Amino acid sequence: MEFKTKYKEEIENLNGELATINFGPTHPATHGIFQNILQVNGEKIVSSEQTLGYIHRAFEKLAERRPYNQITPITDRLNYCSSPINNMGWHMTVEKLIQAEIPKKVDYMRIIIMELARIADHLICNSVVGVDTGALTGFTYLFQEREKIYELYEEVCGARLTTNIGRIGGFERDFSPEFHRKLKSFLIEFPKTFDQFDQLLSRNRIFMDRTKGVGPISAERAVDYGFVGPNLRAAGIDYDVRVMNPYASYQDFDFDIPVGVQGDTYDRFMVRQEEIRQSLRIIHQAYNNLPEGSYKADIPEFYLPPKEEVYHQMEALIYHFKIVMGETEVPVGEVYHAVEGGNGELGYYLISDGGRTPYRLQFRRPCFIYYQAYPEMITGQTLSDAVLTLSSLNVIAGELDA
Amino acid sequence: MGEINEKVINGEGYQLTTLDKAVGLARSNSLWPLPFATSCCGIEFMATMGSNYDLSRFGMERMSFSPRQADLLIVAGTISKKLGPILRQVYEQMAEPKWVLSVGACASSGGIFDTYSVLQGIDRVIPVDVYVPGCPPRPEQIIDGIMNIQKLVQNESIRRRHEPHYQELLKKYNISLNDIQPNS
Amino acid sequence: MTSNLIPDLFHILKSHFGDAVIQSHLSTDLLNIEIQPESVKEILLFLKKHPDYDVNFLTLLGAVHYPEQENRNFAIVYHLHSWSKNIRFRIKAFLPETNPTIDSVVTIYPCANWMERETYDFYGIHFNDHPNLKRILNEDDMDYFPMRKEYALEDQSREDKDDRYFGRTQHNR
Repeated sequence: MEFKTKYKEEIENLNGELATINFGPTHPATHGIFQNILQVNGEKIVSSEQTLGYIHRAFEKLAERRPYNQITPITDRLNYCSSPINNMGWHMTVEKLIQAEIPKKVDYMRIIIMELARIADHLICNSVVGVDTGALTGFTYLFQEREKIYELYEEVCGARLTTNIGRIGGFERDFSPEFHRKLKSFLIEFPKTFDQFDQLLSRNRIFMDRTKGVGPISAERAVDYGFVGPNLRAAGIDYDVRVMNPYASYQDFDFDIPVGVQGDTYDRFMVRQEEIRQSLRIIHQAYNNLPEGSYKADIPEFYLPPKEEVYHQMEALIYHFKIVMGETEVPVGEVYHAVEGGNGELGYYLISDGGRTPYRLQFRRPCFIYYQAYPEMITGQTLSDAVLTLSSLNVIAGELDA
Repeated sequence: MGEINEKVINGEGYQLTTLDKAVGLARSNSLWPLPFATSCCGIEFMATMGSNYDLSRFGMERMSFSPRQADLLIVAGTISKKLGPILRQVYEQMAEPKWVLSVGACASSGGIFDTYSVLQGIDRVIPVDVYVPGCPPRPEQIIDGIMNIQKLVQNESIRRRHEPHYQELLKKYNISLNDIQPNS
Repeated sequence: MTSNLIPDLFHILKSHFGDAVIQSHLSTDLLNIEIQPESVKEILLFLKKHPDYDVNFLTLLGAVHYPEQENRNFAIVYHLHSWSKNIRFRIKAFLPETNPTIDSVVTIYPCANWMERETYDFYGIHFNDHPNLKRILNEDDMDYFPMRKEYALEDQSREDKDDRYFGRTQHNR
């Protein structure tokens, strides 16, 4: 039926006139502080320009000022939805530099915590994708589950979100019996709620119509733009740092890497859903096979000695003093260590000149690198699809600007 | 006639109070917040909004993302110097009466980021009513901050914008109440 | 075969590019190869197209400032990774302090676009043929390059924090 109106001619002549829309920086749907200036023709996006830096906190310069064990709190604030992974990545980088020998038990404990963090990150991303399509219930259910993960972190380190978990050389204390009890109940209860959420969205006709074909990217363009992590796996390439360059004994574990087909929003959502299940699988294996041993490595120059020794032995007193005052001695060298973060390959490039602080610390932030592809992903799509693509990319402002 | 008199003597039908108290009660229990969440404190704010530490029992069910429709500006997270003018523009767009809650160490004083690019506290650009310290503050702390705001709202005069100390405060920040410059 | 790729890399590059490849050094974990900055584009393209190396991914691009060295003040570091052969290595190019310029590798690896902008923003390195070389994380009207070693971390004009209580004076590192 033809659209009968006295403005019909004006509407037809609008073809070719572009409107400029300012999407951000403080916009409820961007889930972060970054700006996109969109040129639209009606509803279709023609081009877009991005501005970042609204939360630039100068981490790299700040790291040149702080001793090695004081840098952990700032790595927390990179991808704050999964901060344990950032912390452990930093500790592993320093251990690589000093070439420390880490006991197996520490590796398994680290894997349990890192996979919990990965689950927490994917829970936020998927529930937010649900919220942006209008399914608000998923958010309330999954945030309850996140509270359970927060309780697990609190048992280990005392903090909920920005955890500063672990130490260079292991953990500050062994897992308490309360932690074991909570983890067992989490592993039993969480899959039930998660299955409910899955049932709500994964094969939902409305959700699939809304997200299939939205914000696609091909595998070649994804590799060109430096995609890593779930976004790359949704495009079909199974690159995972845990398999390519295993760290912390990941080679002992049996898990699958889910890949998508088209690289659109639905594939990204499904890849994250499946990754949560695979993370649960890894946690089961790590927890059931937790080896005996020490929860810390034997590196007294970096790891605080026990208080009894400090009061009775001279070397322990000197190490304690040096660690607390930040005067630890690090060998000269440079390392690059990468871990599989919630968004992909999170890398730490550390150059040490033997001083008490790093000479240069550069973070390879996956969000910063793959966000460049956003204009290409949304050109030709409508405005509401652009919003959905942005939330499914899981762009975290802390990691974007650093 | 006798029946109606009984009802009146028993207290049903009307209540004596001052207008201030009634308006204060209504305002404090139906604040519409604008969550200006930038970083990690924003995630803790989302957890406060969630079902475990429910914020909607304080009447804040509806988050307003348009400053024109909000009463309470909740700034959670680090504010950099690049974002300062934008924060100020958002504050100026809000209609009176408005209150500001600064959540987290970064919003209150710059936090651990004593760097060249971070604004050392949002009270450099806008007047703040309640500060909530923490990095990030637990949801219980954020709720405590909100309850303090509610106390302020309840006890404030309904003609706040005409009070001399408030006018002086705004003059200190170069914010004028009457005209809003579009390009400021 | 793959175990020889890293030891042979320096010789293969040297035989192809001669003096453009200066030296190699095994750091704590990866091989570093130092090259002349003028030939960075051809070397990276060669490595990308070489069937034995097939370097398809630029992991990280950054700069390091060495204020005391003569004529080698800025090191531009390229971290390269080949997914099919699973090898990683670094390529470094050194630039002098006055007017540091180097070619942009955006045509070879499009992900270098913003990484080069960030390097320009922090250190002032100029990349030739970059499509949009302007500041990305700091404010556009900033007049200095903050990550250089001579500039302090804190904003020197702040009045509410007294440096004496932080254990440092105004010009302390």
